[in-house]
Amino acid sequence: MSTSTYTAHDSHAINSMGLWLFIVSETALFSAFIFARYYLTGTDQPSELNIGLGYAITAVLLSSSLLAYGAERRIAKGDRRGFLWLTLGTIVLGALFLVGVGLEWREAAHAFAPPDLFGVVFFSLTGLHATHMVTGLIALCFVWLVGWRGGFGATDHWGVTGVVRYWHFVDAVWLTVFPTLYLV
Amino acid sequence: MQLAPTAFLRDWAFGPLAFGMLVGLVMFFAAAGLIMGVRAWAGTEPVAFGPVVLGAYWFGLAGWLLGIGVWSKWAKEWLGLPVDRTMKTGWQRYFDFTTDHKVIGVQYLVTFLSMFLLAGVLAMLMRIEHMSGDQVLFSPAQYNYVMSLHGITMVFVAVAAVIGGFGNYAVPILIGAKDMAYPRLNALSFWLAAAVPVLLAATFFAGGFDAGWTAYAPLSTENSDGQVLFNLAFITLGLSSIAGSINFIVTVIKLRAHGMGFDRLPIFVWAVFAMSLLGFFFTQYIAAAMLMTLLDRVFGMAFFDFTEGGDPLLYQHIFWFYSHPAVYIMGVPGLALALEVISHFSRKPLFAYRWVVGGILGITALSAIVWAHHMFTAGLSTAELFFFITTTEVISIPTGLIFLGALGTIWRGRLWLRTPMLFALAVVFNFLIGGLTGIFLADVFTDIHLQDTFFVVAHFHYTIVGAGIFGLFAGIYYWFPKITGRTYSEHLAQLHFWWTFLSFNLTFLPMFWLGLNGMNRRIAVYPEELEFLNLLVSLGGFSLGASFLVFLYNILKSWIRGPVAEADPWRARTLEWQTSSPPPVENFTEAPRVVSGPYDYGSPSTAHAVFGASTNPDGAG
Ligand code: HEM
Ligand SMILES: [Cu+2]
Repeated sequence: MSTSTYTAHDSHAINSMGLWLFIVSETALFSAFIFARYYLTGTDQPSELNIGLGYAITAVLLSSSLLAYGAERRIAKGDRRGFLWLTLGTIVLGALFLVGVGLEWREAAHAFAPPDLFGVVFFSLTGLHATHMVTGLIALCFVWLVGWRGGFGATDHWGVTGVVRYWHFVDAVWLTVFPTLYLV
Repeated sequence: MQLAPTAFLRDWAFGPLAFGMLVGLVMFFAAAGLIMGVRAWAGTEPVAFGPVVLGAYWFGLAGWLLGIGVWSKWAKEWLGLPVDRTMKTGWQRYFDFTTDHKVIGVQYLVTFLSMFLLAGVLAMLMRIEHMSGDQVLFSPAQYNYVMSLHGITMVFVAVAAVIGGFGNYAVPILIGAKDMAYPRLNALSFWLAAAVPVLLAATFFAGGFDAGWTAYAPLSTENSDGQVLFNLAFITLGLSSIAGSINFIVTVIKLRAHGMGFDRLPIFVWAVFAMSLLGFFFTQYIAAAMLMTLLDRVFGMAFFDFTEGGDPLLYQHIFWFYSHPAVYIMGVPGLALALEVISHFSRKPLFAYRWVVGGILGITALSAIVWAHHMFTAGLSTAELFFFITTTEVISIPTGLIFLGALGTIWRGRLWLRTPMLFALAVVFNFLIGGLTGIFLADVFTDIHLQDTFFVVAHFHYTIVGAGIFGLFAGIYYWFPKITGRTYSEHLAQLHFWWTFLSFNLTFLPMFWLGLNGMNRRIAVYPEELEFLNLLVSLGGFSLGASFLVFLYNILKSWIRGPVAEADPWRARTLEWQTSSPPPVENFTEAPRVVSGPYDYGSPSTAHAVFGASTNPDGAG
């Protein structure tokens, strides 16, 4: 069995494992709210739900993940300019997604405001997800700022890798939340 | 960007603490003002406890953490700024954002032992109330607040004292590491947890809370404002537990010394590892339950409001989905600590080591599918009842394995009855009673009678106090010489043990009969015919409380001026005893290499570990 020694260990592998564990842990939090959706409202859906808008913001979010992926690839190749532009693109698309959620909320607040049960699960699931988006956006801004000031390089960019992985995770969560609320 | 006055933080002992409080308060009130401003602007009544406190709390918490050291010692790095790498020395380390796992362990121990003693005082008050069936001291509402505050404080102690205290102190040393995998995250976990007693104390000024430690909805969505602080406290401790659990998992997987295979891990390390697997995942469900309660209360949602179609049972499901695993988090580390001590003080290998590890992993896995045994009277379907009886009974098997490990080790061992061993043996005794009475609760037919009576109260005190907290004290007496470098009075320690052990049983054994005779939980007044048993319980309780004065006196006095301790006063094999008392920063002067099991007392010629690269791997210790 391979074991790390007292003196040397691989800090990248250690950070990476911690982040994975954190992601699994966050999955549990979302699963509780998704469970509540089915437990309380089954698969009910109000007719006022704007599915078109839902698809649109989903597309925006998926593209942002693509850009984030590209940003990480670029910094790994030492291309700082490309990395900065792609990170900026990710941030813009992420913000656009949040605007879309905002529009969605405005309609929802008229059609099925809590304590309407669907409203309860709709607002709390999308709200919880949006909170994670905001955290991700703040982290992306940090990453951009550090990169802009000359931080990160081809061999040393754990900060980018970590934040991008988190971003993909928040995306993946949306790919569960979206069908849970809109499609089932 | 100079957020912190650096010299002040670095040079004054209480600088970081004071600065953290200052920034925390400023950010709290600034955010509160902002929220009230927005509310006024939107045309709602600006002053409302729920929304204002709920929002401002997170800013206050962030300010507190940034001020105490997260900013100057960590976050600046994210912006490419230089961080403060100075470390205070001596006692001042305990009041700083210190990353040494041994300091953090002691911080946890002292904090949560203090909470233990305070919550013990609350228990005394409850026992005064119960000396007579009539009202003595409290109105029923006041009683419920005292009971709830006692319960949740003790639950927090049980969750965090052994894992946070000894997990942090001992695990890195026991596996031959320099520190935890994420030392700064570790410090963050502690200072997060430090906010919890503040929140609990603040409930007093917010009308208290009366929904018990379980905080069932819908009561918890409509009682006094203190409930909001309770929920925030639970979430905060949860965040701390999640961070701590991830830290332990990675530490145990990644930082073991050369030769420290999983088959050589001390059993206490196994327990902390397994409970961290529960903690890092299931703790999110308590966060979810608390969050949904807050959403119902503050934002007009209706998760648990049946008048709107919500369902209070949803709360119970999510709550127990966490809290059943959590009762193992409260009990098992102390139990494993007892096994650790029993092996060393019997001078025998831990009996059936692999089966015990299997038992720990077995209850870890099964604990995910037994939660609804807390809801047998809540109206489950027959199929659900059947499922949860079965899984709960099955969990007795791995529990039994752990128990057999203890018995097999004691059997024909050369028992060395020093204080740590006495506490460890008491753990075995108490846990037997706690575990056996669990079986009656696991059967729907008996549980329908016993649910919500003192039988349940006695059961969980036997498991959590009898195993978890007695294990904590076994650990304190076991590691005190290591931690402080000093020796305590064995006479006083044994006096403490017998006094505590006898009083504990006098207090909690009669509770089983009280429960059988219909004494309900969480009531201030009760039928007169139960007065005699209650009087016994009260007298036992007062005696139990008093016994800790002996402990305090002995420990404080010895810490200050006890005789200096050797490196290995118990002649034990594990790694922490192979370094000085107290150990140096980063624990060892030379890298350890583990060459045999931790409990191989049968072969006295081999050491558990050798030190330094040049040493012969098979060399004698
Ligand atoms: C480490 C060991 C254990 C701990 C720490 C523990 C802890 C607890 C706690 C805290 C409660 C009460 C929760 C409350 O309502 O406030 C409880 C209740 C219960 N325990 Fe245990 N327990 C342990 C072992 C067992 C075992 C071995 C069994 C079954 C064989 C068991 C079965 C039950 C059942 C069925 C209840 C629900 C009783 C009711 O509310 O009616 N427990 N336990
Ligand atoms: Cu349980």
